[in-house]
Parts: sequence; structure tokens; C-alpha cells
Amino acid sequence: MAAARRGLSFWIDIGLIPLINLAAAFLVSGLIVLLIGENPLRAAWLMIYGAFGYGEAWGYTLFYATNFIFVGLAVALAFHAGLFNIGGEGQAYLGGLGIAIVGTFAGFLPRFLAIPAAIFSAALVGGIWGLVPGWLQARRGSHVVVTTILLNFVAASLMAYLLVNVLIRPGQQSPETIVFPHAFWLPQLWTWLGPFGVDLGRSPLNASILLALLCCILFWLLIWKTKLGYEIRVVGHNRDAAVYAGINVGRIVIIAMILSGALAGLMAVNEVLGAQHRVILGFVAGYGYVGIAVALMGRNHPIGIILAAILFGALYQGGSELAFDMPRVSRDIVVVVQGLVILFAGGLEHLFGPLLQARLMRPQRSQP
Amino acid sequence: MDYFDQSVFLAASTIRLATPLVLAALAGLFAERSGVVDIGLEGKMLAAAFAAAALTAISGSHLLGLAGAIVTSMMLALVHGYATITHRGDQVVSGMAINITVAGLGPTLAEAWFGQAGRISLPPGRGRFMPIELPFAAGVRDIPIVGLVYTDIISGQNLLTYIAVLTIPLAVWVLYCTRFGLRLRAVGENPAAVDTAGISVASLRYRALLMTGLLCGIAGAYLSIAQSEGFTRDMTAGKGYLALAALIFGKWRPVPAVLACLLFAFTDALQARLQGVSLPGIGSVPTQLVQALPYVLTIILLAGFVGRAVAPRAVGKPYVKER
Repeated sequence: MAAARRGLSFWIDIGLIPLINLAAAFLVSGLIVLLIGENPLRAAWLMIYGAFGYGEAWGYTLFYATNFIFVGLAVALAFHAGLFNIGGEGQAYLGGLGIAIVGTFAGFLPRFLAIPAAIFSAALVGGIWGLVPGWLQARRGSHVVVTTILLNFVAASLMAYLLVNVLIRPGQQSPETIVFPHAFWLPQLWTWLGPFGVDLGRSPLNASILLALLCCILFWLLIWKTKLGYEIRVVGHNRDAAVYAGINVGRIVIIAMILSGALAGLMAVNEVLGAQHRVILGFVAGYGYVGIAVALMGRNHPIGIILAAILFGALYQGGSELAFDMPRVSRDIVVVVQGLVILFAGGLEHLFGPLLQARLMRPQRSQP
Repeated sequence: MDYFDQSVFLAASTIRLATPLVLAALAGLFAERSGVVDIGLEGKMLAAAFAAAALTAISGSHLLGLAGAIVTSMMLALVHGYATITHRGDQVVSGMAINITVAGLGPTLAEAWFGQAGRISLPPGRGRFMPIELPFAAGVRDIPIVGLVYTDIISGQNLLTYIAVLTIPLAVWVLYCTRFGLRLRAVGENPAAVDTAGISVASLRYRALLMTGLLCGIAGAYLSIAQSEGFTRDMTAGKGYLALAALIFGKWRPVPAVLACLLFAFTDALQARLQGVSLPGIGSVPTQLVQALPYVLTIILLAGFVGRAVAPRAVGKPYVKER
């Protein structure tokens, strides 16, 4: 199927259209910077330098990108099954709960067990938080968009309750868990790469990025090389055809949502095991929503998602530097760019090149 | 305070908290009954709250602030319409895009134009919608029960709350008693039939979205220049989504949706009241769990365990005219 598409239009579709959408988003953001009374070109330069100009910047950019790969894959996997998972925020938050449980109550584990147990637990609890809307969609017909939004709020309340009342470190006021034992700390990449002359400063970039890349490979294998992946794509393309082909649609919807939730839950591995070493109230900080923009920009393909995640990692890191150097421009401008990317790449996807756009997400009737 | 005073206090704060929810839920009602999913209620409200606070801060006139809020919100509704009606884009994605863009834009512009980290403050005590004392409110206060209900619940709200109350019958009338309302409901169920009758689906949906924008504008203005003194980052705090939940909880009908808003506002008021209070026999109630109640209730309803919420049939589907 992929081979048949690999004409000129294929490259326009995966190369040109995302770039046009990105350019449109940046153009509007530039106008906003102009409106604020600053020079958009200088702002862009400060952002690029802040994201890629020196070693530590690279480290931070890739650290954020790691988060966005996980949540981007989560949204993309659900997209392949024709589901829009807006619940990445809550699922990632609950992934933190998975880590908190292991880190708090199984702190005695040796290192070779501690980290795999924590990673598994993050994926498991995130997956359960994805299973709920998946099951509701498959068996009770409740729309997954609505239930995932609602579950984000339930997750926020649940985590607030647990962090304030149950998991809080004894004898302190701020709602956060204990600092987990060193066995749960993922190695920082600057300690690995420093001796080879790669300067990453003291950035929080850690071994999670390897896990993220592994997930990309597994994602590709699952979606394009397995029977399950094929079934997921058939359900996403045409539910009626899937039923006709004897695919158990409900089962596929549930599995896709579990896997999607598990991928989102893994985001907590990067933030908690890799950087903060404890679970803090609200640590997801909106990163779950970035997954939507990343998946849309990356056209639901791992390579595209990696590129889009690096782009958004650069935006988040560059945005902090920009806010520092240009005090009138707030860090929130990054969120504006993110929203505009979703608007142009998603909501207005039929604005640029409507004929070419229809290829990836829509059913292809001419294909067998 | 005795139990009666407590209830009056709770009722009064329920109404204050319900006002933006009612306006936003009715706003969503127009969009969804016309067949356009609008999860952008949140963003429209937030943008309106920003515009209201910004214009009020600059001009000193809260009426100008309200007008600015409505215009801003209606413009965002048109963006949503352009993406989803004209270009047949995904309605959920477009709504999400608006929410996220506004969530970033508000604090960005507040910082650039007003120099405070992501907020606009209004001078306290003036320049916003103040509580209106209805006639005789002070005089009848001493009459038992009725007096307190009149002075503390019915009187003493601000203009926008009274507008919200009036909007309820008005929305019912527009939706069920006018030709526009009939067509709007029809276009949400069976756009092809409306098209066959020679009525433009697109123009009807655009008009429905403009109503949505209007009501979200008032709701947003309520948040920043009536309920509080200015704009703060993410001040809608999920109220747009909660209104959407109320709309679903009310099965896409105006009066049940308003009742759901009142229920949700009541749980919110109760939650604030219960903070740190120990109830006899139960102990202290975890307020976070009370906070989650509206969402959990809506999920249970959506799952079809209590009745069945059936959405307008054409909701979420872009209309493609037959060629």
C-alpha cells in the first residue's frame, strides 16, 4: 500500500504540506510578536539559538522532545484506529501514579528490577486509564472524545487527592511524593556522553530517550508489520469494512486505547524517573495536549513524530530562552504556536492541497 | 449560622457559579443542535474573559468590555465555522486548536500589554458589573424565610446573571418556537433534508455558531469583569468542558442542561463549603473527590447506565452537498 503511493504526491503529502502548515502557524505567530511590538525575526533567531545554540540547549530540547514522542505516539496510535484520544494529559498523569506506587512502596527493589518495574507500572496504569474510555466506546457506545476529556479532569482530582492525602511525603506541606531511592534514577546522558566530548551541560536529558526511540520502532512494527496493526488500520479506515472482514471492532478499539494510554503513561518515565525523581502535583503541565499537535504534524508516522517532537521540544526550550531575552514576549507564545499548528495541520487540513491531504487519514477505496 | 442560613448561602453561591456554566451550556446547545461539535467553548470563554478585562482596563467601561468580549468570542466562532463548515475540517481538532491557542495567547498578550505576569487586574470596587440591589431588598430582609431568599438569592446578583436567567426561556423559545429554531434542529439531525428544502446548511450552521459565540462572550465577560476583578491565566479552569458535560447530561435539551449546570455548580459550591469541615459521622470529606463528581456522573450517564444520552444525529459530521 505504501509503495503504491510513493509518487510525487506522496512526497508532497508528507513533506510539503506539513511545511506549509508550519509556515502558516509561524506566520501568524510572527504577526502576534509584531503586535506585541517586538521583531519577529529576532525572536525567531533567539528561539533557534536557545534551542540549538549550545550543548545544554540541545539537552533540554531533546529532553522535552522525549516527552512529546511518547504522547505523540499515543495520539497517533489512537488515530490509526480512527479514535481521537484527547486524554493523553490524564493518562500521562496516571502513569506518574504507577511510578509513585512502585517508588513509594517498593523502594527496596534492586536497580535492575526497580527501573523495569517502574516503567511497566507507568505503562500499566496509563493503559488502564486508556482502557476505561476504550471499553466505554466499544461496549457502551460513549464517544471517546468526550469521555477522555472528562477523564482528564477525573485524573486531576484523583491525583490531587492521592498526592495530598496518601502519597505525600510525611511531614511536609507541598503535595509531592518522597524522593525515590537512587535505584529508580535513570542515568543522565551527560554522564554517558561527557567523556566522549559531547557537551550537554547539566540538562535533564536521560536514558528515557532511548526508550522513546524503542517505542517508535515497536510502533512502526506493530502498525505496519503485524496482523493486529493491520486490523487497527482497517478499523480506522472503515469500520464497516472491518466488521465485514470479520474483525472484532470492539476488541480492536479497546486494545488501541490501552496501548495509547500506555504510551502516554510512559511520558511519566522521562519526567519522573529521568528528571524530578518524585511525583509532583501537576507535573504533566499540558504536555499531554502537545501530543495532538505532534501526531498531526508527524502524520501519525514514527519518523514524522520524532521530527515533530524535536520541533516542539525546540519550541519549548527556545521559548524559555526567548522569554528570558525578550521580557515582553511570554513563554506562553509557544502554546500559541502549538494551537496554531493544530489549527492549520488539523482543523484546516483541507485548506492547503485538499486533494493530497485526503490520502493518509481517509479511507482509500481504490486500494484493495 | 443555622442550617437555613447555610442553605441560603449555598444557594446564592450556586447561582454565582452556575451563571457562566448556564451561558456556556446554552451556547453549546446551539452549536451541537445544528450539528457542529464545539469543544471550543472553553477557548471562546477564555478569549472573551481576556477581551472583557483588557477593554475594561483600558477604557474604564465595563459595557465596552462586554461588547469586546462578545465580538472576540463571535470571531473565534467564525474561525471554527470556517474550518469545519467551509473546509469540512475535523470539528474536535478545530475546537481543540482554538482552546490551546487562546490558552497561550491570553497570558502572552496580558504580559506584553499590561506588564503583569499573565494577568490583567482591574481597580477593585469599580469598573465592573456590580451586584444589583433589587427594590425593597433591604426592607424585606427581616421577613422570615422569604425575606432572606429574596435579599440574598434573588437580589444582589449582577446584571450578567440576570441576563443568563433570561437567556434560558429565550433559548427555549428560539429553539422550539421559531422557524430558525426548527431549521436549526433539523440541520443537526438530517442536513440533507434541509438542503433538499432549499435552505443553506452552511448558512444555518454559521448562524448557530454566531449564537454560540454571543453566549460564550457573555459567559467569559462574567468571569473576568463580574465575578472577579480581572483576567488571570486559565481562569475558565475547565468550565467550558464542564458546560459541555452538562449539555450532554441534559441530553442536548435546554432545560435539563440548565438543571445539570445547577447540579454541577452546587457540587462546586458544596466542595468549597466542605473544605476542612468535618461532618458528624462521615469525617472530613475529600474535596477533590466532590470536585470530580460532575465528570464521573456524566461518564456514568454517557455509558448508558442511567438513561441514554442520544446526540443530534448529524453532530460531528461535515455536510457534503450532493453533486
